[in-house]
Amino acid sequence: MAEATANGLGQHALNAGHAHEAPATGTAYAEVHQEHPIKLYLVVWAWLFILSTCSYLVDYFGLHGYLRWSLILIFMILKAGLIVAVFMHMAWERLALTYAIILPPILVLVFVAMMVFEADYTLFTRLAFFGSGP
Amino acid sequence: MAETLTHIGQTEPRPAGWQGIAADWSSDQRAFKNVSWGKAMMWIFLLSDTFIFGCFLLSYMTARISTRVPWPNPSEVFALRIGGSDIPLILIAIMTFVLISSSGTMAMAVNFGYRRDRRKTAILMLLTAALGATFVGMQAFEWTKLITEGVRPWGNPWGAAQFGSSFFMITGFHGTHVTIGVIFLVIVARKVWRGDFDTGRRGFFTSRTGRYENVEIMGLYWHFVDLVWVFIFAFFYLW
Repeated sequence: MAEATANGLGQHALNAGHAHEAPATGTAYAEVHQEHPIKLYLVVWAWLFILSTCSYLVDYFGLHGYLRWSLILIFMILKAGLIVAVFMHMAWERLALTYAIILPPILVLVFVAMMVFEADYTLFTRLAFFGSGP
Repeated sequence: MAETLTHIGQTEPRPAGWQGIAADWSSDQRAFKNVSWGKAMMWIFLLSDTFIFGCFLLSYMTARISTRVPWPNPSEVFALRIGGSDIPLILIAIMTFVLISSSGTMAMAVNFGYRRDRRKTAILMLLTAALGATFVGMQAFEWTKLITEGVRPWGNPWGAAQFGSSFFMITGFHGTHVTIGVIFLVIVARKVWRGDFDTGRRGFFTSRTGRYENVEIMGLYWHFVDLVWVFIFAFFYLW
């Protein structure tokens, strides 16, 4: 408990009565100022536009089959990566937080991959019960 | 950067990299050194939201592969007639650009927030809110168009009945997030404009003082909404 009081959170509670709380940045953690050049955001913004246009063009030109799917996925992952890393500042966060957030969805993706390889039976049951469809 | 308190009240630097991860997670004080609770909790909320949207998209994919009725072609369903010719998926493309732009203005708002530039921060946040509202407006237009064309959660004129339920469920849930985000943005923008984070004025609901970091936390939510749209765009509209 003494430890908890030593960091910002405990002091919050102690100072609750005071009119002015010194910036809650307090003692234990220095607030990480996510200050980066505006140019960086503009560059990312431009790339998001380019990538979105590319994925739109995939549809516009009516690409099909594996080419279509892989292009859609590549553009999607690049966009998602840019948003998370730069706009959401994940690239500058402490690693412990980054892994706590990124790891669970990756595990879900592993699960999805297993299902994709293993669960042909959704398709199989359809074919077995209804014959071939689209 | 990150520091830890010793038992005699002195600070010493904390390790970075893998050693930092081990040190943070085995911490007897708090995990995520240098990360405030507000930010950590927003991230954990967003993680839970990731699972919800993940479940929606997975079930939609399963429904789509399991039906023997042809899936409506989104490219045609969401086409608009502009200047006498049908342009495929154009409405969704415009919505995507609007939402990405709102993410750009939000990122810059966070930046100006940390520079204590109240005016620019508030204006950029309101611009973000306006773009978000535009997105919701276009979605309302899209829903209206589809409903008048006969799309229902239980059927539609072009094929698999599951199309309607997936569409309303996924885009509806996302649109709700955007709407909540717009309200959230306006509230935080007002606080910034009024200088609440400089004067230490307490919030009417939590009666706690805020910090400029609140703008970043708000931004995390907003960027997440954009992030989800990236996946919806890929899996629902393009797939």
